[in-house]
Amino acid sequence: MISKTSDVLKANSAASRDSLIGYFPAGYPTLDESVEAAVAMCEAGVDVLELGVPYSDPVMDGLVIQEATQEALDNGFKLRQVFEAVKRITDRVDTPVLVMTYWNPVMQYGVEKFARDLKAAGGSGLITPDLIPDEATEWLAVSDELGLDRVFLATPTSTPARVKRAAELSRGFVYAVSTMGITGARDEVDQMARGVVASVRKEAPEQNTAVGIGISTSDQAAQVNEYSDGAIVGSVFVKAYKSGGVSELSAKVTEIVTGLNK
Amino acid sequence: MTETNLRAQEGPYFGEFGGRFVPESLIAALDQLEATYKEAKADPSFVKELTELQRSYTGRPSLLTEAKRFAMLAGDVRIILKREDLNHTGSHKINNVLGQALLAKRMGKTRIIAETGAGQHGVASATAAALFGLECVVYMGEIDTERQALNVARMKLMGAEVVPVKTGSRTLKDAINEALRDWVANVENTHYLLGTVAGPHPFPTMVRDFHSVIGTEARQQMIDEFGGLPDVVAACVGGGSNAIGIFHAFLDDADVRLLGFEAAGDGMDTDRHAATLNFGKPGVLHGAKSYMLQDEDGQTVESHSISAGLDYPGVGPEHSWLKDLGRAEYRGISDAEAMEALRLLSQTEGIIPAIETAHALAGALKLGKELEPGSTILVNLSGRGDKDMETAARYFGLIGDK
Repeated sequence: MISKTSDVLKANSAASRDSLIGYFPAGYPTLDESVEAAVAMCEAGVDVLELGVPYSDPVMDGLVIQEATQEALDNGFKLRQVFEAVKRITDRVDTPVLVMTYWNPVMQYGVEKFARDLKAAGGSGLITPDLIPDEATEWLAVSDELGLDRVFLATPTSTPARVKRAAELSRGFVYAVSTMGITGARDEVDQMARGVVASVRKEAPEQNTAVGIGISTSDQAAQVNEYSDGAIVGSVFVKAYKSGGVSELSAKVTEIVTGLNK
Repeated sequence: MTETNLRAQEGPYFGEFGGRFVPESLIAALDQLEATYKEAKADPSFVKELTELQRSYTGRPSLLTEAKRFAMLAGDVRIILKREDLNHTGSHKINNVLGQALLAKRMGKTRIIAETGAGQHGVASATAAALFGLECVVYMGEIDTERQALNVARMKLMGAEVVPVKTGSRTLKDAINEALRDWVANVENTHYLLGTVAGPHPFPTMVRDFHSVIGTEARQQMIDEFGGLPDVVAACVGGGSNAIGIFHAFLDDADVRLLGFEAAGDGMDTDRHAATLNFGKPGVLHGAKSYMLQDEDGQTVESHSISAGLDYPGVGPEHSWLKDLGRAEYRGISDAEAMEALRLLSQTEGIIPAIETAHALAGALKLGKELEPGSTILVNLSGRGDKDMETAARYFGLIGDK
């Protein structure tokens, strides 16, 4: 099945280029500003955009993203605006856009309707931090039917059988959780990530793997690219935007991209 | 009602409810917990140790007390109280905590974390941590640390660290989020001692099992001391642990009505309540599919109740299943009705209930007027009201303004 996300990551790998997957929350601080921020990230060299859906109970997120998504909600973010954001971003840039969302908003909107609206808006698929493959029957069927990417997580504590399932069922890439914890910058990216990527490769050699959680510097992003297909960076971008708007955000993306093999 | 084996449900699903909607990072810990629990249940030494702790530490079996003067206010009914307030630490919460603390030890975990609303589960967790020599961190919404200051002091005195949670609505819901985040990061040495029958499998089943001693005892005590089963079993419902604990033994007694009383806050005709089963919709919160208070976008809506322990926009999946089956009924009790019941039980029986529990008592008073004369209502007196004295004193104007 065709996956634009996978094509981008594989083209980079084939040309020995590193990949950067960048996160930004839709609606932060407002819908218009989040679209501008996301477009700026893509223009500054993010290979895949991870657009977050603000949610009231984000258990996988650290304080930086919690505060940003809460601000988006306080400013009146509505779920349907995520499709508008995807459309406006994909109209302007060619970067694949994956939506990162906790599961309840999708369940309430209707899994099939959410998927159809996402596809119509030009979105590539979903990253689902609190939906494990075991609970994903409907999403697996719908994403197959529509050809959408679906990114499941693999972690240092996942059994080989669970890594295999995540690797076989993911499309686009597998999100290898670098360390046991929630999103947010860390001084050192855990070596456990290497093991997770190796297990995914072993179970599904054709599958892409990107490493996330705790990556905030150019060196860390370059380091995980040595053994995986991409680095996922989020909190540090949100922080940069908070401190200096689009210009500081663009500068941060450029800083990280400059340190990668491009 | 055609099903006759309602008691046999072991999860992960209760009908369409339950499951595991959590980050993959927690699955290994949940699998380990499920396996350890299964093995422990079948291990006579575990069962013996827990039973002995219940006897010599908790003070089980808890008594049944007939509330004769209180019942006169309800009409021509008998009201029997299951005295979980007499347990060590003052509520039913200790039943589950001792069970899970033993499992934590069995898994070699040295640190337990817990969420708490009213502070009762936090106190029980701090108690077990002290008893077993475990490190203990309790997450508590900042608002709740203020309205339940006495319980914060109790936890600290027993050596627990209490972390006020300042995100979101700063109540129980956010304390659970924070505990889950801690668990994701520290799962290797830490057991999340979840305090209610919500959360991902195996928590709803396991916590229910540890509390089912309430109903098992009460059912036999009703037969032995009162000559038969009650017509109605009543309990308050926040997450639903004390309710499921007393309901469970009666699930297959088709003639026994089961009534859960949720917090209606300012009233069932307002939007300031915590009546999840009355006004919620199925969704996913804190790892399980169940009824929950949410807006059209699936964002959790803040709940409201004078009772910190019922101030929760979710509910355990087994209750959602029992509601949809029609096996249990769930009604709302307002802050004002609950506080009045608290006052009435205090003045007619010399028993000061927790504000949570007062919702069940208010429910019993209302029920008494609907039931056939001579009916018997068994009420789970899930906790004592000492922790609520400041709220009650302010509510009733018993002390001067601070």
